[in-house]
Amino acid sequence: MEFTTEQLAIMDKIIARYPRSRSAIMPLLHYVQALDGYVTPRGIEKIAEKLNLETAEVTAVSTFYTQYRTEPAGEYHVGVCINTLCAVMGGDEIYKSLTDHLGIENHETTKDGKVSLERIECNAACDYAPVVMVNWEFYDNQTPQSVKDLVDAARAGNPPAPTRGPNKLRTWKENSAVLAGLNDGLSHEGVQAGEATLRGLNIANKSKGAN
Amino acid sequence: MTKLQPVLSANWNDKDSFTIDGYTRAGGYKASTKALSMQPDDVIQMIKDSGLRGRGGAGFPTGNKWGFIPQGDNKEHYLVVNADESEPGTCKDTPLLLANPHVLVEGIIIASYAIRANHAFIYLRGEIVHVYRRVQQAIEDAYKAGHLGKNIGGKGFDLELTLHAGAGAYICGEETALLDSLEGFRGQPRLRPPFPAIAGLYAKPTVVNNVESIASVPAIINNGIEWFQAMGTEKSKGFTLYSLSGHVKNPGQYEAPLGITLREILELAGGIREGHQLKFWTPGGSSTPMFTAEHLDIPLDYEGVSGAGSMLGTKALQIFDETTCVVRAALRWTEFYKHESCGKCTPCREGTWWLVQMLHDLEAGKGTEEDLTKLLDLCDNIAGRSFCALADGAVAPIISSIKHFRDEYLAHQRNGGCPFDPIASTIFASSKAGA
Repeated sequence: MEFTTEQLAIMDKIIARYPRSRSAIMPLLHYVQALDGYVTPRGIEKIAEKLNLETAEVTAVSTFYTQYRTEPAGEYHVGVCINTLCAVMGGDEIYKSLTDHLGIENHETTKDGKVSLERIECNAACDYAPVVMVNWEFYDNQTPQSVKDLVDAARAGNPPAPTRGPNKLRTWKENSAVLAGLNDGLSHEGVQAGEATLRGLNIANKSKGAN
Repeated sequence: MTKLQPVLSANWNDKDSFTIDGYTRAGGYKASTKALSMQPDDVIQMIKDSGLRGRGGAGFPTGNKWGFIPQGDNKEHYLVVNADESEPGTCKDTPLLLANPHVLVEGIIIASYAIRANHAFIYLRGEIVHVYRRVQQAIEDAYKAGHLGKNIGGKGFDLELTLHAGAGAYICGEETALLDSLEGFRGQPRLRPPFPAIAGLYAKPTVVNNVESIASVPAIINNGIEWFQAMGTEKSKGFTLYSLSGHVKNPGQYEAPLGITLREILELAGGIREGHQLKFWTPGGSSTPMFTAEHLDIPLDYEGVSGAGSMLGTKALQIFDETTCVVRAALRWTEFYKHESCGKCTPCREGTWWLVQMLHDLEAGKGTEEDLTKLLDLCDNIAGRSFCALADGAVAPIISSIKHFRDEYLAHQRNGGCPFDPIASTIFASSKAGA
C-alpha cells in the first residue's frame, strides 16, 4: 500500500523544519507509527527515499529508541513505571496484578488488540508515584485496583481521562501523530498543574498570607 | 517564615498560566523585549555576573557556556535546550513545561540573541505527549505574536524555534548524544574535545542548556543581578526547583534558594510518612551517591552536596523509609543503567550486565562477602572509563549503598534471601493492612 499524496506532503513539511534533512528521521518515524501503528517496512523505505539514506541507516536509528516499535502496539499502550521509586511505592505490585489480570507479559498485546503492556523507566512524575502511562499520558498515584479498572474501561471503549492530559484519552496512533508535530489542538485541555506540582507554591503563599 | 521562594513556579496556579495570554498577563515577554534592546555581549555578561549555574546536573556556569561561542566566525550558531528529562527521580522540567511553557520560549529568545543563534531547538522527551502539546502551542502562539520568526520586535533579530520529540533513550539527556540524536543518528555520546561550543550541532558552535537554566533567564533580566544574588549561597546563587518524592507525607515541587537543607524541606512538607523513619535518599537523582539521615543538614547547593561526597544533580530528592530494601533499590537502578547503556563503550556496555547479575545473586541471598569486594572492584573498572557519565552514574547507587549499608547486603546471605516485605513499602500498605 502506498502513502497518500497528503501523507507524503506532511512528510515533506516535517523535513522542512530542519536545516539538514536527516534530522527529520525521528519525527518521520513517529509519523509512520501514527499511520501504521509501528515502524513498518514501507515506512522505513519511504523515509530512506525521502532522506537519501539506505534503509539500513533508518533501521539502525529506529531500533536504537525504545518508543519505536517493531510490531503493532495495542490501541491502549500501558506502561507501568518499575524504576526504583515507583517500584517501591507499588509499581511492582501494579505490574504483577496487571499481568495476572490481562494474561500477558512485558511487550505483549491482548488477543483483541486493545491493550499492550510495557515495563517503563522513570517517566518524570516521581511526586505522583506510582505512575502508569497510557499512550504516553499520565495516570498518577495508581493502585493495582485502579489500573485494573483502567484497562477494563479502556477495553470496553471508555477509558478514564488522564490525570494531567486531555479530557479524553487519545489512541496510541493519534498520540504518535502529536509527537511527529501534528498539532491536535488539545493543549488547552486538562489541568495546568497537579496537586503535587503546587505543594511548595501553596505552602509559600499561605505563609506569605500569614505574615 | 518559610524559606521557600517561588519564582519559576510563582504563576503555576494562575488561571491559564500555560497560555500566551496568561503568561503575558503575568509580565511575560517583557524580559525578551528588554534583552533585545541590549547588546548581545551585555546579555552574556549579565548572566555571567548573576552566577547562574546549569540546573541540569553538572552546575556549569550558564553565562560562561554562552561566552565560549566564538563570535564573528561567519558560522551558524545554535541553541539546543535539553528537555529530555529522564534521570530517575527527576520531575521538575515536566511540570514546569505543563504549567508555563512560555517562560522557556522567552528564555530561548534571550539566549539565542545573546549567542547570536538564528535557529534554536527544544529536544523534548517523547514519552509525555501532553507536554509536547503545551510546548508546541506555546511556540505557535509566540510566532503569531511576533516573539519568534523574522525581525522580532522590530529589532532585526530572526529566530526559528523547532520542537523535536525524542523516542525513549535516557542517554540522549547527555549533551553530545542529544546532538547526535538531533542530527538523525543513534544517540551515542561523542568524544570531547571538541566541545559543543566549538563543534556542536552540524559541527557548528552550539550551546546546550537544561530547561530550568534557560527558564531562569527571563527573571534575571527582569529583576537584575542583585536580586538574583540575594538568594542562595556564596557560589550557588539563586532559586531552584527541588523535587520531593517517595515516602513523605507531601511529595511535590518545592522552589527555594539554593542551600536549603533536606531537614528544612521535610519540615515544610510534613515529614516522612506517618510512623516511619528516613533510611536513605538521593540528593539529585539515582546517579548521585545516596545519603542517609546523617546528611539531613547538608546545604543543598553545588558545593555543599559535593563536599559531602555526592552531587546536587537535578535536585531530585527521592526519599526512602526503613521499609525499603537498599539492595533491591540498587539492583533496580542498575537494571535501568544496563537497559539505557548505549553500547558504545565496552566497560559500560558489558560492565552493567555483570553488575546486574551480581546484584541479582546478592539480592537472592546467593552472594558472599567476597562478591561485595568483587562488585566494588568491577565498579572501579567501569567508572571513568567511558565517553560519558552514564557509567559513573551506574556505579553510584552501588558504591554508596555498600558504603552505608554493607551489613544489609550480607543480611541477604544470612537470611537466604531478602529480609524485607516489599508490600510494607508501598503507598497502599496501610490500607491493605486495614482491609
